[in-house]
Amino acid sequence: MSVIYVLLAISISVALVFFVAFVLSVKSGQYDDAYTPSVRMLFEDEVVHDLDKTQVENKRIEENIDQTNTYGNSTV
Amino acid sequence: MANKECYHCGDDCNRSSVLFDGKEFCCNGCKTVYEIFTSNGLSKFYDMEEHAGISPAEIVKKYDFLDNQEIVEKLVEFNEDGMQLVQLYVPSIHCSSCIWVLENLNRLHESVVNSQVNFPKKTIRITYRSNGLALKDLVILMNSIGYEPHISLEEYTKKSHRVDRSLLYKLGVAGFAFGNVMLLSFPEYFEVNEFWLDRYKFVFRWLMFTFSLPVVLYAARDYFRSALKGLQSKILNIDVPIALGVLTLFVRSTVDIIFNLGSGFFDSLTGLVFFLLLGKFFQQKTYAFLSFERDYKSYFPIAVTRLIPNGAEESVQIYEVEMGDRLLIRSMEIIPVDSILVKGNAEIDYSFVTGESRAVFKQSGERLFAGGKQLSGVLEIEVVKPVSQSYLTQLWGNSVFSKDKMSTFQTLTDSIGKRFTLGVLGIALMATVFWLFYMPSMALNVFTAVLIIACPCAIALAAPFTLGNMLRIFGKHKFYLKNTNVIERLSKIDTAIFDKTGTITTATKDTILYEGIALSEAETSLLKTTLRASNHPLSRSLYELLKSNAIITLDEFHEHSGLGIEGRTDSHSIKVGSSSYVGESARASTETTAVYVSADEAVKGRFVFKNTYREGVENLFKDMGKTMNLGILSGDNDGERTQLQNILPAKTHLLFNQKPKQKLEYIKHLQKDHKVLMVGDGLNDAGALAQSDVGVSVSEDINVFSPACDAILDASNLSKLPDFMRLSRKSIQVIKLSFLLSLCYNLVGLFFAVTGRLEPVIAAILMPLSSISIVVFTSVYTNLLGTGLKDKS
Repeated sequence: MSVIYVLLAISISVALVFFVAFVLSVKSGQYDDAYTPSVRMLFEDEVVHDLDKTQVENKRIEENIDQTNTYGNSTV
Repeated sequence: MANKECYHCGDDCNRSSVLFDGKEFCCNGCKTVYEIFTSNGLSKFYDMEEHAGISPAEIVKKYDFLDNQEIVEKLVEFNEDGMQLVQLYVPSIHCSSCIWVLENLNRLHESVVNSQVNFPKKTIRITYRSNGLALKDLVILMNSIGYEPHISLEEYTKKSHRVDRSLLYKLGVAGFAFGNVMLLSFPEYFEVNEFWLDRYKFVFRWLMFTFSLPVVLYAARDYFRSALKGLQSKILNIDVPIALGVLTLFVRSTVDIIFNLGSGFFDSLTGLVFFLLLGKFFQQKTYAFLSFERDYKSYFPIAVTRLIPNGAEESVQIYEVEMGDRLLIRSMEIIPVDSILVKGNAEIDYSFVTGESRAVFKQSGERLFAGGKQLSGVLEIEVVKPVSQSYLTQLWGNSVFSKDKMSTFQTLTDSIGKRFTLGVLGIALMATVFWLFYMPSMALNVFTAVLIIACPCAIALAAPFTLGNMLRIFGKHKFYLKNTNVIERLSKIDTAIFDKTGTITTATKDTILYEGIALSEAETSLLKTTLRASNHPLSRSLYELLKSNAIITLDEFHEHSGLGIEGRTDSHSIKVGSSSYVGESARASTETTAVYVSADEAVKGRFVFKNTYREGVENLFKDMGKTMNLGILSGDNDGERTQLQNILPAKTHLLFNQKPKQKLEYIKHLQKDHKVLMVGDGLNDAGALAQSDVGVSVSEDINVFSPACDAILDASNLSKLPDFMRLSRKSIQVIKLSFLLSLCYNLVGLFFAVTGRLEPVIAAILMPLSSISIVVFTSVYTNLLGTGLKDKS
């Protein structure tokens, strides 16, 4: 039964490792803000290319042309 | 006409809608933000939450002070090797879209390296390359997407305080030890008379001792300290029996294992400390994005524009302003110092500072006081007193601001603690004496057993969990308390005093009445068009009232700041403004704010602006008047006296024209026989709020400044105040009930202790059982009480 010394030693050292990990995580400031990470992890990391700068410019030019057409005479 | 909502911020598009990319926006600002987002690949902002956007504020020259390198140095946390790190407070952060777009700030400017949001605190830390982006440009960028950082004097002068994480460490140590000790104590519980157990039980026992050592020496340190402090001041607070229990447990268990008398009570010891610390942790809920300690510093700007003799303008820190300096104050800016008006038409809103609801007009040569907001037009002023000596900041020198309300108040737990300690010691002594005669060898055993089992942990846990839960429930209804102590003080209130301007009245909606000759259709539409062109707050309120669809185009429009506005079409003209501007002889109607109208040079009449009382104020007073004395303390004139007498119970005291110091003195006078609650909103209430037993600050926008107080109440929920008071009183009843419950456990435990039959296993069962049942009982009961609040809304 003297193997119990070994068992106790191993289990306590494993527990200590986790305890040290806890202390280190508190020290690094992980628990200062416990809310934002829960929101942050739901973000997806995609870059959306629906409208780039040139397209925005084109839209604006289109809009201007439309406006002048409604006031001026429309050509057939 | 259907209500169109702005795609960006959700506001009404009726006034002036802007069309872009097939979507409607309420203004150019919102449309611009949409453009910025979509052209930088950030359109996902709109997928996460609807109408999450914020309309950007106008910049004008507000951020010029950031050109000053000294100021930038003080604001940034880190500045080296071309990289700067700054932490900014952004009160408009309110949803997940905000977090997302702000953490993707690097897509809007390549010099931004990293940005991280702290949502509970509403702050953002940005790391950026300083040679590519200056702090001023960063701030302007954030403003342009609607997330204006709030930089006030308080942020500027605040020293960075170390974050206190010791409770977390202690909790970790106690929890770790508790779990391991419980496991290690199992073999001896089951009293299996096996040979191996006899050989190895010493290993287990000494291991338990080793785990308990840090718990007693580190985790329970605060209780020993507090008990000692209490004993030194001859007070028996609740920490005395706790400290006594922990000490007795440790000493008795160590002695037991040294002399092989038993396996010791280390499991109960570590469990006790763990549950107590858990209670403390639960009670600690704070609202990180609010500040209950604000003084004038967070109301004032960091820098002002000073005029140098050659006529140029420079941005200078507010503390560097000296007597005789000439300052430039633009519209909507705050006058930072006591000064004399040199040039310009002053129309100053002092409502936050003195409580006067109508703006004050001043002429050149007249004295201006610090804290007022200039409404329209640019002023040049000459400084008479520096910031620290102005009439406003003098108020903060009063001793009432250094007093700590918490330390002088005896909580319910402490008062019970005293009787508990004496009772337990009494029983212990009696039992010991009995056993000394009956069987002396058991005497010490019984004495320590009584001290161990008479667990104050249930008593010590009842208050933190009840009040902690109540604090959260209040927070959900936008009533934010500074700490749990406030709830106990609230339950003892018997007198409630209210400020008038801004507290029970609201400036967002005005009641406007017209007196005079009726205006024709043409005149009304001309009036409306003229009002629309002006940005003055009174013009805007009047415009909202007169909304009609007949907008015509003006041929001429003039705004004479401080006096009035004038609009002209080819056939008619209209003038809106002060009585003298319009041509009316100055009538002595100083009690009300009024705007006069003349059409084609003939005076037609005036619009009178009356205080609008908040919704539900009448019921609020009726409800509270049943159980408390009421009073009104106002800095405004008594023009509203009759109106108030109608909505308040008969014997209410109404006092007007009160200066801040007078409000403070009145509260002090009342406190001789009563416990007083003060409800206010402005700087002029700061003294009264600090002096009262509980000070509640009412705020329409909690992100904006509110003076130092014990609780912040969102203006929309002011009518729930009587319910909050009722719940505070009920919480105290819940605590008393849980004391009774813990008494039952204690009686059972004492039975075992007094008869000398206290085994470690019994203690190990009773202790957690009583703690957990108290926690469950109080949480369930307070949540039930909390649902009562929701139903009424």
